[in-house]
Amino acid sequence: MSIYGHNIWLIKNYMQYLFAFFKSTSMKPTNIKDPEYLHKVVDCQYACPAHTPVPEYIRLIAEKKYTEAYMINWDSNVFPGILGRTCDRPCEPACRRGRLEEEPVAICRLKRVAADHKGEVKHLMPQVPLVKNGKKIALIGGGPASLTVARDLAPLGYEIDLYDEWSGGGGMMRTQIPSFRLPIEVLEEEVNYILDMGITTHFNHFVDSMKDMLTKGYDAIFVGTGAPKGRNLNIPGRVEADAHVHIGIEWLAGVAFEHIKSVGKKVIVLGGGNTAMDCCRTSKRIGAEVVNVVVRSPFKNMKASPWEIEDALREDIIIQNNMPPKEFIMEDGKLKGVLFSKVRAEYDKNGKRSLVPTGEPDVLIEADEVIIAIGQDNSFPWIEKDIGLELGKWDLPVLNKTTYQSTLPQVFFGGDAAFGPENVITAVAQAHQAAISIDLYLSGKDLVKDRPSPYVNLVSQKMGIHEWMYDSQVVDDIRYQVPHEEKTKSLADRKVEVELGFDEIAGFKEAQRCLNCDAQTIFTANRCIECDACMDVCPTRCISFVPNGEEEDLRQRLSAPADNLTQDLYVSETLATQRVMVKDEDVCLHCGLCAERCPTAAWDMQMFFYNVTKAHTGCETVTV
Amino acid sequence: MSYTKPSFSHPALPRNKVGYLKRDYEGAISTLCAGCGHDSISATIVQACYELNIEPHHLAKLSGIGCSSKTPTYFMSNSHGFNSVHGRMPSIATGANMANKNLIYLGVSGDGDTASIGMGQFVHVIRRNLNMTYIVMNNGCYGLTKGQDSATADFGSVSKSGGGESTPFQAIDLVGMAMELNASFVARSFSGDKTQLLPLLKAAMSHQGFAFIDVISPCVTFNNNTGSTKAYDYVRDHIDVLGSLDFIPKEDEIKVDYDQGTEKVITLFDDTKISLSKLAQDWDPTDKYSARDKLVQSKKDGHILTGLLYIDPTSKDLHQILNTVDTPLNQLQETDLYPGDDVLEVINQGFR
Repeated sequence: MSIYGHNIWLIKNYMQYLFAFFKSTSMKPTNIKDPEYLHKVVDCQYACPAHTPVPEYIRLIAEKKYTEAYMINWDSNVFPGILGRTCDRPCEPACRRGRLEEEPVAICRLKRVAADHKGEVKHLMPQVPLVKNGKKIALIGGGPASLTVARDLAPLGYEIDLYDEWSGGGGMMRTQIPSFRLPIEVLEEEVNYILDMGITTHFNHFVDSMKDMLTKGYDAIFVGTGAPKGRNLNIPGRVEADAHVHIGIEWLAGVAFEHIKSVGKKVIVLGGGNTAMDCCRTSKRIGAEVVNVVVRSPFKNMKASPWEIEDALREDIIIQNNMPPKEFIMEDGKLKGVLFSKVRAEYDKNGKRSLVPTGEPDVLIEADEVIIAIGQDNSFPWIEKDIGLELGKWDLPVLNKTTYQSTLPQVFFGGDAAFGPENVITAVAQAHQAAISIDLYLSGKDLVKDRPSPYVNLVSQKMGIHEWMYDSQVVDDIRYQVPHEEKTKSLADRKVEVELGFDEIAGFKEAQRCLNCDAQTIFTANRCIECDACMDVCPTRCISFVPNGEEEDLRQRLSAPADNLTQDLYVSETLATQRVMVKDEDVCLHCGLCAERCPTAAWDMQMFFYNVTKAHTGCETVTV
Repeated sequence: MSYTKPSFSHPALPRNKVGYLKRDYEGAISTLCAGCGHDSISATIVQACYELNIEPHHLAKLSGIGCSSKTPTYFMSNSHGFNSVHGRMPSIATGANMANKNLIYLGVSGDGDTASIGMGQFVHVIRRNLNMTYIVMNNGCYGLTKGQDSATADFGSVSKSGGGESTPFQAIDLVGMAMELNASFVARSFSGDKTQLLPLLKAAMSHQGFAFIDVISPCVTFNNNTGSTKAYDYVRDHIDVLGSLDFIPKEDEIKVDYDQGTEKVITLFDDTKISLSKLAQDWDPTDKYSARDKLVQSKKDGHILTGLLYIDPTSKDLHQILNTVDTPLNQLQETDLYPGDDVLEVINQGFR
């Protein structure tokens, strides 16, 4: 006697099924209706603090729709031209392509392509109403965070006053990012798009008292003062050498405003972050002949972005590692140099690093001037202690992490001033949220419950049999290199931009490398006839049909092991044979082959659009 | 529409013992209908060859005409191939095998190519026990010419192109016929069940002699409808499995003790083993008569019997029967073939 049909299916093939059956911890079907699941599949967008819809604008670039690509960026990150040159690019290490080959898509440089080649954009930006809504807001600090708040709230009719200690808007983007990385025209263009929205500016105005600000009749105050205090280095000789020693960010600001026009022939830059890279490269351009960047830690632990280190090395900057500074050495009332000791990094079993002296003799590096670029801190000496605005750990304001509201309900923070130094894109993302909070607060709504949900859309890309509305072909090209200005020319003038940006052709080719991760693979279980066609055709073995089980167990039973735990498994409802479809999102090429080979359209490629709602686009349409 | 597959593959997938990635065993992107069972079989062939560590240039894939016979384009792009005249694949395979016995021969055919136009060739290649694997991708219809019933369409089965009429003729059962003709390896499987098909294919390709696998492979376009006996749903509901098969390469020892009653280990000529856990009673895969009885009984019950039905691990293939030399014939040089004037003289003297 034999056993037939359904039962036999279980026993014969899938002993594991029985195993899984008795365990109640099988994976639940993935809720594809949750926009955050699909959002996470778009790695670059998910990694971006502002969640810019990256693949969407990359496609527009490939179509030469630079203006549209720019506007998608502008809505999301406010400064596409600036960020296209200077962003920290958290999107790029996240890029799926980086898991399939050596280099991710040059997302940041593509953003610049949109900015460089765009047409007229001003008419596409939200218009500011002539009749104001009667509410006044003060923005303290004129950097990316405050400008973002201004951009989001001015179109809603708020009257906005912006205060900044410097003579122009842009904050650290103006004072700390050198012109050879960010030309002043690019900065001013994007800052002015916002200031032209009828923002009342109070430049050269250092706000020295929050108490005063609170009495000026503002309905809300936003603090976007950044992390303006460069760290000092208190080692022997520091006081004596003071005339020859500068704090990095102050020195960069001095150069930007042309208070500092030259530097000594021999320069030491202390520190291994991006500010150190900007200081050393700026030195090279205003008179330094030998520039040593001396870093305490090993090369691989340097905080600077790899591409900035690369650019510095290309300009013959010397980077020396494992050398903490010990003493400033003076000779005849002049700085002779800095004495460094030698260390090596050792790691304990928890991976914690300590720098251990090697016992080698100390090294003296000669210098005429020394620039200290070892970090920066927040500084709120102007916020009085008795006004009810609580400052907590490290003198950072006590804030609601979602709303950015301080303990004084009408005062909001954003950018580096909120949670400490990060980067421009993070400041923008936080400021969008603070702007929403201010709008909700001044409309008498709940800052948490009434927050707008993201705008999402999911549209099938099916155009015909096996035809998609997006370019599904995966190209093999490796990352295109951005051309650089000739070294002699760029080192001669600190205002000459080093990177030249992609031209249209290189921009198109680089854009084609994008895998379109927002073209989502959507599976409808009740259409599936389990013919395995999708599983067979998938070039990267993402799809499996297996008995369900615990996630850990399931990950090892797939067509290819799913060892990247940061990437989700897409699990279907149980199918007719009691198996489930499991797709490992990790290295899906979004090539659409699964859907092309599916006879019943159980797979469909659907374009997913996700955009964080901003104050100026969304608060009125909140539905809870 | 995609005409080429992206060149990326999963970065974590390993190379096999002969240094190839699974992608190296794949072929061009399939142009068969989406969801065709044949594509599943192609994928299983790719997997089997990868797991058997076959170097692609050591394999020859041969086919006739039909949807099934198109599939060699879709697997093993780096192997030898011959797309022959309709139903004449066995002749080509025989010729090729005679010339070079060192290659692994994989014949792919369909129900039309085998059970109709190629029937004459099919029976003779079995009779000669040619050392090859012969797969019939059996969908019960002529998919390439709009789905007319083929000779393997079951009596009473309804196909899409039949206008609702059921098949009035009895089907040719290729498995029964292969058993009748003393094929040394006979199996049946289902394209929708790779866990069964994969070890069967590996065993077939390791078998010395003629290995026949009839694979029921639904035609999604013309024969996957209600009333068809070769539709995914019907096959899944009526499948009857003889047992589960494990293919054990010779370097792996059998680690678990097996139960004499329900498990059987068969050693092939090259010391690879197949271990079979039997689900069916009164049947022994090395006993032709018990296998035949089992097949008849199952047919009577309206079930589709799958698995390894019969194997003769000691079978002698055509080269052994003909007692050919060890060196493949295509490698014999003139010095090997021409004994020289002296020898000829001696022979001639013998006739005087």
